Amino acid sequence: MNINKEILDEIAISKFEYEEIVNKLKREPSRLELGLFGALWSEHCGYKHTKKLLKKLSDNSNDLPVKLGAENAGVIDIGNNISIVMKIESHNHPSAIEPFQGAATGVGGIIRDIFAMGARPVAILNSLRFGLPENKKNKYIINGVVAGISHYGNCIGIPNVGGEVYFSKTYEGNPLVNAMCVGIIKNNKIMSAKADQPGDLLVLVGSETGRDGIHGASGLASKTFKEQDELRSAVQVGNPFLEKILIESCLEAIKLEEVVGLQDCGAAGITSAAIEMAERSKLGLMIDVSKIPQRESQMNAYELMLSESQERMLLSIKSNGFSKVKNIFDKWDIKCEIIGKFIHKSSIDIYKAEKKLSSTPVSALTNPPLYDLSTNKPNWLSILQKTDLNKIDLPSESPKDILLQIITSPNIASKKTIFRQYDHHVQTNTVVEPGGDASLLRIKGSSKGISLSTDSNGKKIYLDPKVGTQIAVAEACRNISCTGAKPVALTDGLNFGDPEKEDVQYQLNESIEGLIQASKWFSTPVISGNASLYNESNGNSIYPTTIIGGIGIIDDANNHVNIKFKNDGDLIVVLGHSTVWGVTNDLSGSEYLETIHKRV
Amino acid sequence: MNIGIVVFPGTWSEKDCFYSLSNINKQFCEFIWHKDEDINLENFDAIVLPGGFSYGDFLRSGSIASLSPIMKKIKIYADEGNPIIGICNGFQILCESNLLPGTLIRNNNLQFRCEWSNIKVTNDETIFTSSIKKNEILSIPISHGEGNYYADKKTIDELENNNQIIFRYSDDKGYIDQFSNPNGSINNIAGIINKEGNILGMMPHPEKACEEIIGGADGNLIFQSLINSYNRPV
Repeated sequence: MNINKEILDEIAISKFEYEEIVNKLKREPSRLELGLFGALWSEHCGYKHTKKLLKKLSDNSNDLPVKLGAENAGVIDIGNNISIVMKIESHNHPSAIEPFQGAATGVGGIIRDIFAMGARPVAILNSLRFGLPENKKNKYIINGVVAGISHYGNCIGIPNVGGEVYFSKTYEGNPLVNAMCVGIIKNNKIMSAKADQPGDLLVLVGSETGRDGIHGASGLASKTFKEQDELRSAVQVGNPFLEKILIESCLEAIKLEEVVGLQDCGAAGITSAAIEMAERSKLGLMIDVSKIPQRESQMNAYELMLSESQERMLLSIKSNGFSKVKNIFDKWDIKCEIIGKFIHKSSIDIYKAEKKLSSTPVSALTNPPLYDLSTNKPNWLSILQKTDLNKIDLPSESPKDILLQIITSPNIASKKTIFRQYDHHVQTNTVVEPGGDASLLRIKGSSKGISLSTDSNGKKIYLDPKVGTQIAVAEACRNISCTGAKPVALTDGLNFGDPEKEDVQYQLNESIEGLIQASKWFSTPVISGNASLYNESNGNSIYPTTIIGGIGIIDDANNHVNIKFKNDGDLIVVLGHSTVWGVTNDLSGSEYLETIHKRV
Repeated sequence: MNIGIVVFPGTWSEKDCFYSLSNINKQFCEFIWHKDEDINLENFDAIVLPGGFSYGDFLRSGSIASLSPIMKKIKIYADEGNPIIGICNGFQILCESNLLPGTLIRNNNLQFRCEWSNIKVTNDETIFTSSIKKNEILSIPISHGEGNYYADKKTIDELENNNQIIFRYSDDKGYIDQFSNPNGSINNIAGIINKEGNILGMMPHPEKACEEIIGGADGNLIFQSLINSYNRPV
């Protein structure tokens, strides 16, 4: 095949990686196979720059019901035969290009990860980072993202109970849109996204497959994107109505014993979803692309395998189970087709009707080269850390004026204009509503409640990736404890710059080290997570932003507390003091420095 | 009471209504699938059309659901004078089905709004307000993008003259003005009944306000009114 840089660039595969593919296959890949590799070896699916680091995290997850990274989302047992399923995921680049649909489908994607585990989604949270709101383009992105989340989440009937929003120049043109979803499930009902045995059928349900979102995982999420590039077609379009009925029908279908596994069809579409299932099942797979219901005519195998059309799920079902399964999806008027079969081989064989298009070893596809990251501390950081904040002059304005400036800055001001656009009451479990430190949901049929929070201060992580990440974990745990709950688990959303740059590598390394330590200190295991790299604004990396989603448990939700002052004359007490970097009540990374002195 | 709760594809408050009416108020509840053409509605003492986004609110909120098989039966059920409550999307469906006058258009702020609203009870002589005093203020959440009640002047005059407007958005003292109106509804309309008084449509969600632990139980007064009216027919 005639391989040129343009083809490799389109799928974000380097020359070196192409040669690796040829080594593994002992031949040149076909164009279709190259598409599969591009998707699965993308940073987004293959975790080339983070896998070695994340392994350190997952090595600490052996006691969990589901090992970190093994399934669509993480699970934590909260007693009384109840487990919580939770994960955070980013949709940054799509939201930069098409804010409304980018954010909407970000919400849709994370919800599918949760019900793929068999869990009923009970809460959504959002961590958002934007450029400064006075800028017209940023305003357009902010309004679009919030409207997209509102549109998707409200329609689907899952309460949006919290999150956070910060504004900084560092996110200009590259907003962060991280969505977290939480689900509830009985312990013995947890699904696995795999097949049992050869002969099990691969069934696609949900939306028809169109040409939207091709190269979303590889081209869009896995390299630094340039705004002027016309990439809007790589952004998917969401249909929350379809997702709502997909949730209901899938949760109904998995009650059938004929249904073996359930898998979200997200980034890199059927390619990633199906091949991940095959890998987990230690089986091969044959797929007939002509069986995939198509939204557009004349779609070729490459497009069908790589489309990221939304609101699709894959099921693995027993060979005799199709008619029972189809009955359920028929009831909901949802398309349901057999598109393949698990086989006693170790390859993915793609057919178009009778014609065999390719046969590729699963292990080659799922084992991209893994890169070591530099641990060298960048010079600029050493210099920055030596800044003596005592040398900064006190401002000339009165303390009252300074206070007013700080509390009216967009970062500190109330976010009600945003969260009142999200339904936070549906499902009638919301005990502590958005607007406080963390939210609290009761669990019907039990006295227990769960508290949820997302936190991160990119400025502090920028100043010290390790300590800054620990501060984020501590903040999430503190916020949860402010509802009366005890923190029990974390999910992490890594949002970093270009991992091919040394200083970003250092930031990643340090941040994950910090996360591992902090999660041990607080006895809060990291049960799931997501990495979004190549986030850059005007050629500079964004602040490294490790967003921590936390969950806590309260044994009796009636005993919750909230942020409100209760009575006239009550005393206000400050508990504890912050000592960071050996300095008590340290100001670095504070809103005061940013608002008043325009520096971190 | 036997209460039927209709489920369309995209409905999402059916489980909340079920929980409030069954678990909290101890009534017998049953879901009714919108395609169920064999069901006999006469077995039900009341029907609830819950909130959500039936058919994704495509075309117009409630318009596709109004053509669903179950709605033919519900029209007959309504004509026979049986009680029906339409909440949020249910209200929209009732308007689209011509079971209630007027329509719900986009909020005047052009945004979705989720917040606790105060509604003033302006008619306590209905089966839906029999356990509430006139002018009482209820705190009940709203959750809608299209809750702006609109009708022509003649219809509004009729609603006013017949005392069919039973809930109006107000502030917590009961003052009714544009500042206490979350969506631009004409005359701060939050809920209306039909002339015969057996059909209620309201935008706020009473099922989301039935217990103190989730912020308040004022919404439950509406359900209790219905149950008490059934047990002690006027």
